This record gives sequence, C-alpha cells and structure tokens, in this order.
Amino acid sequence: MIYFDNSATTKPYDEVLDTYTKVATEYFGNPSSLHPLGKISERILTQAREKSAELLNVSPKEIVFTSGGTEGNNLAIKGAARQNKGRGNHLITSTVEHASTLEAFRQLEQEGFDVTYLPVDSEGKVSINQVEQAMTKDTILVSLNHVNNEIGSIQPIEEIGQLLEHFPKCLFHVDHVQGIGKVPLDFYRSKIDLCTISAHKIHGLKGTGILFRRNSVLLNPLFSGGSQEGKFRAGTENVPGSVAMVKALRLTLDNFKQSVQNLETINSWLETECREIEGVFINSPKNRAPHILNMSIPGLKPEVVVQALGEKDIYVSTKSACSSKHAEPSHVLKGIGLSDERAESGIRLSFSYGNTLDEAKEFVEVFSKVVRSIKKVVEDREV
Amino acid sequence: MKYNHILIRYAELSLKGKNRKEFERKLLETVRTLLKDFKNVRVQRTFGRMFVELNGADEREVSNRLKNIFGIHSFSPALKVDLNQEKIDEAALWAVKDAIPAENGTFKVTVKRPNKDFPGRSQELNYHIGSHILRNTKEMTVDVHHPDVEVKVEIRHEAAYILCKTLKGAGGLPVGTAGKVLLMLSGGIDSPVAGYLALKRGVMLEAIHFHSPPFTNDRARQKVEDLARVLTQYGGNIKLHIVPFTAVQQAIHQHVPDSYEMTVTRRFMLRIAERTAQNIDARAIVNGESLGQVASQTLDSMYTINEVTNLPIIRPLVTMDKLEVIDIAKEIGTYDLSILPFEDCCTIFLPPQSKTKPNKNKANLFEEKLDIEKYVQEAVDGIETVMISSKKQVDEEFKELF
Repeated sequence: MIYFDNSATTKPYDEVLDTYTKVATEYFGNPSSLHPLGKISERILTQAREKSAELLNVSPKEIVFTSGGTEGNNLAIKGAARQNKGRGNHLITSTVEHASTLEAFRQLEQEGFDVTYLPVDSEGKVSINQVEQAMTKDTILVSLNHVNNEIGSIQPIEEIGQLLEHFPKCLFHVDHVQGIGKVPLDFYRSKIDLCTISAHKIHGLKGTGILFRRNSVLLNPLFSGGSQEGKFRAGTENVPGSVAMVKALRLTLDNFKQSVQNLETINSWLETECREIEGVFINSPKNRAPHILNMSIPGLKPEVVVQALGEKDIYVSTKSACSSKHAEPSHVLKGIGLSDERAESGIRLSFSYGNTLDEAKEFVEVFSKVVRSIKKVVEDREV
Repeated sequence: MKYNHILIRYAELSLKGKNRKEFERKLLETVRTLLKDFKNVRVQRTFGRMFVELNGADEREVSNRLKNIFGIHSFSPALKVDLNQEKIDEAALWAVKDAIPAENGTFKVTVKRPNKDFPGRSQELNYHIGSHILRNTKEMTVDVHHPDVEVKVEIRHEAAYILCKTLKGAGGLPVGTAGKVLLMLSGGIDSPVAGYLALKRGVMLEAIHFHSPPFTNDRARQKVEDLARVLTQYGGNIKLHIVPFTAVQQAIHQHVPDSYEMTVTRRFMLRIAERTAQNIDARAIVNGESLGQVASQTLDSMYTINEVTNLPIIRPLVTMDKLEVIDIAKEIGTYDLSILPFEDCCTIFLPPQSKTKPNKNKANLFEEKLDIEKYVQEAVDGIETVMISSKKQVDEEFKELF
C-alpha cells in the first residue's frame, strides 16, 4: 500500500493506540468526580495539558482540548466574533481557507458581521499589504491558515501577526491543522491569539484536537454546559484521546527534527518526475510545505484517477477531504488563478513521516501508466 | 538591529561590605542556573556589575527570566556597535525607539569616552547624537533633569556600547545568602506570598504542609505541591515536608472545647513546625499571617499561639491588606492555584465560633488532657518529604503514556 493522503488523515501510531487503550481502561474516571478515580483522571489530564503546552512552547492555561480542527476553527472564529461584537463587526479571512473556516464565516455573515475575503496571489499567499489595507476600525478578527490544505502554500503568518500587533482590538486566529509538525510556527513571536490543531493529521486519533487560546483572550463558547476546559468547552473531557494526542504530537515533532528533509526530498523528486508526464501540470507553488504536492491533469476527471490508483493500492485525493464530495472546481485552485479546467482536475498527494522515496518511485511508475491509459480512453471517444 | 548584551545592576549588594563577594557569587550562580537552557548565553561579573552576553539568544526571553531573580535591582539590554559615528547614531536612535515605541517621551544622552582616540569630545557627542534622535523621531524632546529614558553611550577601545531601556528587577537579596527557613504552606492565598517575600530577602526555603486524610483529599495535597513548584521559579528546588495531621486533629476535636479548638490546633502546628525546623537546621519559621485577618491572627491569638516556641516567626504579610496580598499572588502566579476550592486542614474542623481573644492559661489547661510530646513526635516521625523541582515533570506512573 502507498498512502499519499496524509492531509486527509493519517494512520495512528501504534504507541498512540497503546496509550489510548491504557488510559481508557485504567483511568476511566470522570476528571470532575471527587473520588480518587476522578482525581487520577484529572491529574493525567493536567499533565497532558502541561506536556502539550511544553511541546507547543505555550502556557498550560492556554490549551483548550477540543474534538479536532473543525471544532477548533468554529470555536475560535465564532467564539471570538460573538464575544467581541461590541467592539466592531468586521472580520477578515482569505478565499482559500478550509471549509470549516469559510462556513463559519458564512454563518457569521448571516448574523450581521461584515466579512472581507482576501484574494490570494498565484502562490496562494495573501500579502501583508492586503491585510493592512483591509483593516478598518471595526475589524475584530483576522483568520488565516498557516499551510494551505490543498496546495501547501505557506502564509507569512509571523509578518501578519507583527502587523496586527498595531491593532490591539483585532484578534488573530491561525488554522495550523496542516502545518503542525511539518512547518514550524512560533505562536508567541507570531502574535497569534488563537490557533487550531487537530490530532488525526499527526498520527493521533480522530475526535481530538487543541485550540491554543492566548491568555486573557475570551471566547463565547459553542457548547453550553459544565465548566470544563476553562468554561470554553463544556462536556466531559476526552482524557484518553487527549493523552494519546500529546503522544502523537511528541512523536511527530521528534520526527520533524529527524526527517523533515526526507519529506522535502520525496516532494521535490515527485514534482520533477510528474512534470515529465504528458498532460500533468503542477499546481503547488515552489515554496511550499514539505508534505503537500498538488497537480492537475486537465481533461481528466480526478475521481477517475483516484479510483484507478486505488485499484492499485495507491491512495491520493482530489481536494480537501472535507470538500471532496462537492463536484465544483476547487476554490483554492481557482483562488490562485487557475482555469476551470485546471481547477476541476486537481489531484493532491500528501505525505507524512514514514513515506519513502521507493514509494514515490513506484507511484510515478503507476501514475504515468494510469494517466496515459485514461487519457487514451477519453481521447478515443472524442474522435 | 538586535541587543547583544544585558547589563545587570545589583540591588542592595553593593552596601554589604565584606559579604559582597559572596553575595555576588551566589547571584552569578543563580543567574547562570536560570539561563542554563540558553546554550550560547554567557554570564560574567566585572566591577560591581554583571554582563549577560546573549550571543544570538532572544533578549526578551532572557529578560523574562532575569526579572524574577532576587538580588537584581535593574537591567538594561545593550547594543554593541563598531566605533563609527554613523553606526553609533543609528544604534542610539534604535534604542530610543525600542524603549519608547510611541516616540513621545523625554530623553537625554550621556556619552562616556574612555577611548580618547575616538574623535569628538563627550559634550559634542551628546549634542550630535541627541540631534540625530530629535530629527528622526516623532515627538521626543530633551529633558536633562528628569528624562523618561537616558541614552548611555560608552565609547571603549574595542567597541561602543549603547544602553537605553531599563527594566526593573525583582530587588531583594540573592537566594541562599540569608540561611534557611521553614515556610508553613497551607494552600491558601497568603502562605505562598509569604514564602515569596521571604525568598526575596535571600533565604533558602523548605516548606511544611499539614495533611489530614481523609478530611483533606489528594487534590489539596497536589495543589500544595503545585504551589511549591511555582515558588521554585524564584528560589530553586524546594523540599516539601508533608505532616500526617489527622490523629492530632481528631484528638484535639475530642478533648478541647470548640472555642479553643483552633487555638490549640495552631499551637500544635507550630510545635511540629518547630521540631521540623530543628531537624533541618532552619533558623526561623515563616507563615502567611496578617494581623487581624481571621480569629487565629488577632494579636491575642498570636500571643497565645506563639507561646509554644522560641524560634523566630517571620510574618512577611503581617501589616498587609488582603488585596495587596492578592495583587502579589497574581503577579507571582500562585493566585489561580490558591483559589482552587479544596478543603485544607484549617477549614475542615472549623468550629462555629473561635475565640478571637484566647487566654494563654486556658489553652494550657485544655492541653493538659493531651499527650503533647507523643502527638508531636508521631507527627514529625510520619513526615513525608518530597523534592519539588522547577522542571514540570510527568509523574512516574504516567511517563510511558506521553
């Protein structure tokens, strides 16, 4: 099996599953219970919070455990906008965000907020100038992703954060779901107020994530209920999931240090080789995250290519998993100025630690054959 | 531009005559320990001052550590530039802008020129650099008597040094220069602050906590350990002595009338603390009492409770208002922990009414029914000592999980 769909989700590490099983069976008490079983669950959750804070270079108080990326983005965006609506009603994001961000903003538009969707350049980036010009005295939130989930472009988060420091009532949210463990980001230096992370993109389990909430930033919670997670996220804590996530985070960050270069090698090797295949165009910018490579085969339906590769036990995707069931062209590829033809035929390869250059070689072999044979069928019919 | 040095000024150290060397050495040791994880940082001591060479480390991160160290009066990040007039002007301007980003304050320039080869006299240089700053900032003005910032330029043989921003240090004396004390740490708001203030005067701290399971639970104990961990930021590792106190409290509850229960309990705590202090060679007991705050802290109560020991009792908070204490607690990071709602040994057997003016003789009379020596010795023998270190460590039993 060649699994090149790590931006959709990753396979949980065995160690992560071991941790999950152990915590779920041995420390099953509710952290809010007063008895010793509750106390030990609370203790282990506290330690998970401390450990994750240490790994992310933030303070334990700033960690909110969530159910993943979508919840993190929703809590950050809606929570910050609703909490601060007295300060202004203007919000800024970009046109190439993940569905959970864009849909949250659409909902806020219906609630009466004004949203500016910044267009991006051909590399998928917004510029500091654009942000500066879009800022008004009513702007209370800027939300951008760090690494684009479809093409892997990297936004100049640190520079934008430094700019936003001059607008004290505007919060800065960063969707770091694709970036964590692949492209380093210093939350404090980048003046980030809110930052979303999801565990299942880094070999953790589905249904777990972290929202970094800078000290003193208040959010209007999505859920009403108990006072868990500093009242920002009611509901009995997912202790085993959170502990398992911390393990996944640690292992991934270790892997980053050791083998991010390997990812870069695979990625650039594949780019060179795929360019050679007739009819294949690379969509990802040159400067991109080490684990994402997007390309188009105009004229071919990408679903067909994905299916054909699937039959050979090779797994890639069309666009973001969360939008892949819609037939429209990719909003990201259109966003960077590609034609409809290119935008509706995108294929995304996404890697993680554990993928090898041998897999890449095998992929190119199969992929070029698949492209040739499907092209032949399509072209024959046209004649 | 980036700062390459930080100049540290001592607090009262320079007054301390013969001990000065020892004090400086302790401070140097503390600074080095606290900056240990910045690999390239070097710390040096020269002529009544201390220098941190940053060698690329982030000035703000290093400053954040320095501001918690007792014995430092103030410190200033410094720029080192080549002996070149333009570069000096530029650096001075940058330093002013860094100190006052809004560019709307007052300043003065003070040049010292030990390197007489450098052209221009100090006065001329003052004028020259000052003009450069005035021309290139928005609303800065000169005030040579009470400036908001003083731009100090030292032109030495190897390079020129420019200092401007001055950050306040924690003051006090270097930890470890004043001998050892035992802190009575309850888990409330006051006692950690008392510990902090004692550390500020240079003591080495160990802590004692009275634990009464099952009336106080493990969460309360955890809370005390966490509080002690916060204090380690200011004074290094802390030994925490946990006293099993259930038997004593039950005995008191049985034999002493309600209104004297609190008084007698406090007297026992003090006896146990005193004996522990002797065992660890501590020369004083520190607690968080504030005059008149609660029944046990009235002057009459202190008089009656204090009777059982000759050891000095240091009460750093004795004249402080609760709100002042809370302010410090918030500043040093103990407040959020302190307000976690767990029962501690003081609240659990709280009688409906305690004497605010207990009588010494009566207290002695009631205690006659108790075998004081036995209870004190048993409690001391049962002490469990844990070492609290500043590193946040994962508990041994959970280690493999992370």
